Amino acid sequence: MLLEFKDIHKSFGEVAVLKGIRLALETGSVLGLVGENGAGKSTLMNILGGIVPLSSGKMELSGKVYSPDSPNDAQTNGIAFIHQELNLFPNLSIAENLFIVNFPKKKVMGCHFLDRKTAREKTEKILSQVGLDVSPNMPVANLTAAQRQMVEIAKALSTNPKIVIFDEPTTSLTRHEAQKLFNLIRSLKNEGLAIVFISHNLDDVMQLTDHIAVLRDGELIAHDETTSYTIPTLVNLMIGRDMGDFIPRRDTVTSGETCLEVSGLKAGYIGPLDFSIEKGEVLGFYGLVGAGRSEMIRMVYGLDPMEMGTLRWNGRKMHNLNPVKWIKQGVAFLTENRQDEGLMIDQTIAKNVQLAVLPRYTKSLNRVDYKEVGKRSRAQADAVNTKYQNFTTQVVSTLSGGNQQKVVLAKWLLTKPELLILDEPTKGIDIGAKHEIYTLINALVKSGSSTVLISSEIEELLGLCDRIIVMSEGRISREFKKEEFERSAILEAALHHTEEEVL
Amino acid sequence: MKASFFKTSGAASIIYLCLGYYIVMAFVAPGFFTVNNTWNLLYNLLPLLVIAIGQTFVMITAGIDLSITSIIAVTSITGGYLMSSDTAIFDSPESLIFGVLGMLLVGISIGTLNGIAVARFGMPAFMVTLTTMMLFSGLAIWLTQSQNIYNLPEAFVNMPYSSFLGIPTPVYLGVIVLGLSYFLLNKTLLGEWIYAIGLNVETSRISGVKVARIIIFVYAFSGFCAAIGAIFYTARLETGSPVMGQNILLDVIGAVVIGGTSLFGGKGKIIWTFFGAFFMVLLDNSLNLMSLSFFLIMIVKGSVILIAALLNANREKSLRTT
Repeated sequence: MLLEFKDIHKSFGEVAVLKGIRLALETGSVLGLVGENGAGKSTLMNILGGIVPLSSGKMELSGKVYSPDSPNDAQTNGIAFIHQELNLFPNLSIAENLFIVNFPKKKVMGCHFLDRKTAREKTEKILSQVGLDVSPNMPVANLTAAQRQMVEIAKALSTNPKIVIFDEPTTSLTRHEAQKLFNLIRSLKNEGLAIVFISHNLDDVMQLTDHIAVLRDGELIAHDETTSYTIPTLVNLMIGRDMGDFIPRRDTVTSGETCLEVSGLKAGYIGPLDFSIEKGEVLGFYGLVGAGRSEMIRMVYGLDPMEMGTLRWNGRKMHNLNPVKWIKQGVAFLTENRQDEGLMIDQTIAKNVQLAVLPRYTKSLNRVDYKEVGKRSRAQADAVNTKYQNFTTQVVSTLSGGNQQKVVLAKWLLTKPELLILDEPTKGIDIGAKHEIYTLINALVKSGSSTVLISSEIEELLGLCDRIIVMSEGRISREFKKEEFERSAILEAALHHTEEEVL
Repeated sequence: MKASFFKTSGAASIIYLCLGYYIVMAFVAPGFFTVNNTWNLLYNLLPLLVIAIGQTFVMITAGIDLSITSIIAVTSITGGYLMSSDTAIFDSPESLIFGVLGMLLVGISIGTLNGIAVARFGMPAFMVTLTTMMLFSGLAIWLTQSQNIYNLPEAFVNMPYSSFLGIPTPVYLGVIVLGLSYFLLNKTLLGEWIYAIGLNVETSRISGVKVARIIIFVYAFSGFCAAIGAIFYTARLETGSPVMGQNILLDVIGAVVIGGTSLFGGKGKIIWTFFGAFFMVLLDNSLNLMSLSFFLIMIVKGSVILIAALLNANREKSLRTT
C-alpha cells in the first residue's frame, strides 16, 4: 500500500465533515472518488494535500506516519494536487508560472540574477512530457482552458510526485481534450504513480478508474473495483436513494400561451438566438462551460448590453431592459453567483429577503411598511424552509450555502414571479436543500408560473424540465422535447460544434 | 473589559468617548466649562454636523465626497454675490431669500454633477470629487479674483445669533436636518436602498434597486448639506469668501469615521455621526483653549482619526471572522 487513510475524522466547528474514513491507495492505479457536493471528497483530499489538518485518525505513506503541515510539506512528500480552479497567473509566461517559487538563478559578478535560459529549457522538457507543444514564453492568458490544465499538470509533475490528485479536471474541457487528458493519466499510472480522480462525470469515472470510492455525508459508503459498479448503482450509492424519487415528478401542463419570446438576440459570440417560453413551462438550458447560457440570460434581463434582438413579454415588445422593469413585470432572476450578486452577505436575513419587494410595501412619504413586509418576508422564508435562529438580526453569512440559496429564492418568490429564471440554482448546496429547491420549482410551475432553468447537472434538467435547449459556443445546437429526452443525445448536442472544430 | 468596550457598537463607544473627554476637559482646559464656551461649541458643532450628515449618506453607499470644501467656497461667494449691497442685484428683503436659495441650488447642482459622474459614468468617487474639489475651489478664487465679498444684509449675518422661543435659530436648523436625515435613512425606501447599495451594489442592481438614481441623490444631498454649512459660515464671518471651509475636510471625514461609519459602505448611523462631529468639535475647542498651535492640533486630530479608522477596521475584521 502506498497510502492509507486510517479512521480519518474531521470537523469544522461542530459540523462533522468526515466520519472515520478508511481507504487505501495503491501504486500504479487510478482511484475514482465520487459523491455529491458536501460529501467530504474535497475535505479528504485537502487533508492529504496538507491544506487542512485532520481532527483525529492518521495517514500512512509507504508505511510511515504522514502528517503534512502545509501544502509545501505535502509536495515534498510526493503529493501533487491539481485543483479545480487553476492556480496560474494569466499575465505571466508558462516558464514564469512553473518556476514562480524556485526560479533558476545565475550569479553574475557576485549578484543573483534570474536565469531565463535555464528556466526555458527546463520548461520545454516538462511541457514535452505532457505533450504540450507551445513556447515556454507564451503568456498563460493566451492558452486554451485545456492547455492551461496541461500546464498545471506539468507544474505538478515537475515536483516528481508519487500521488497526483485531480479535482474535477474535465469541467472546462471538450470531449476530445478530456480524452487526451485521460491518455496522459493512463501513462502516469503505467509509470507507477497513484492517481486520485475526483469527478461528477460518472462516465469519465467508469472509463478511467480501477477502483471507485463513494463518499456520502462524510462516510465511505462503498469502495470496490470499477467493474463491479454501473452508473445507476453509483448514483444510488451517492445520493442514498433512487434518482426517481430524488427529483420529484410533475405532470407537464402546457398552456400553449407564450409568455416570453426572444428573437435574434445577439452580442459578441452569442447568437443569434431565438426561443420562447410558454406559461407553466420549465425550460432548461444545457451546455458546457462557456457555451454562453449565462451570458444570454444576463442580456435578456438587461444586465449586459445586447447588440441586436427583440424581446416580447406577454406579446408586448420590451425596450431598454433593466431589472427594475422586469421585476415590475413579474420576472425574477436568481443569478449564478450567489455571494456577489444574490446576497448582501453582511446583512440580515430579513433585509435580504425583502430587498426586491420593498417598493411594493411603501406608504405615504416613501415610508416602508416594515410591519407588513416583515410579516410577508418571514412567511416566505419559512415557506422555503430556511433554517435560522433569528430572522431579523442574523446575518446571512452565518448560514450554510443551501440556506443562503433559500434566502435568495425567498427574495424572488416574494415578488410573486410569473417567470423565474434560475442560473445554476443548486450549485454547491447539499442534497437536502437541492431536493427542496426542486420541490419549490415544481410548486411554482404548478401555480401557473414559468421557469427558466440553467444547469450543468444533466440529471436535474432531465427530471425537472418540459423542454431542454442545448447551447454550444453561443448558439442553440438542439432543442429537446420531454419525450425526446436522452442523456447521451443531450451531451452530444452540447459538444456538437466544439468537436467539429477540434477534429 | 477594555476589549468589550471597543467591541461594542460604534454608537456606544463614541458616546462614552465624548462624555469622558468632556468631563476631563472641564477640569483641564481653562475656560472650557463656561456658558460662553458652551455657545461656542454649539456654533461650531452645527455647521460641521450638517455637512458630516451629508457625508454619512455618501459614505454609506461606499462613496466619498471630497468636494465639500469647494462646494462651501462656491456657495459662499454665490451667496455673497447675490446678497451684498455692493453688487446690489436684489433689493434688501428679497436678497436674503434669493441669496439663501441660490446657495442651496448651487450646492445641490455641484453635488448632482458629482453623482452623475459616479453613477452614470462609473468613475471612482474619490477621483470625481477630488477633481471637482480642485475645479470649483479654483473657480471660486478665479471668479472673485481672491477678493472677499462684504456688506451682507443685517438679517443674514444676525441669523446665527437670533433665537425663537428662547432657542437659537441654528439649533432649529440642525434639528431639522438631523430629523430629516434620520427619517430618510431609517424609515424610507430611499434609506433601505442607500444601505443596500453600500452592502452590495450588484445584488442591489439585480434586485431592482434604482442604483444610479440613489447615488446621484446622495451626492446631491451632500452638496445640499454643504450649502447649509456654508450659509452658517458665511453669516458668521459676515463675508462671502472664496477660500471658506478649506480646512474643514479633515474634520468632516473625521467626524463620520470616528462615528463608526464604514469606509467600505453599508454601515453608518446619523446618531453616530452626531457624536463623531461633537467629538471633533470638542477636540478642536479644547486644544485651542490650551493654546496649542494650529499645527499641533492638526497632528492630534490626524492621530485620533487614524485610531478611529483602525478600530473600525478591527471591528469589521472581528465581525467577519465570527
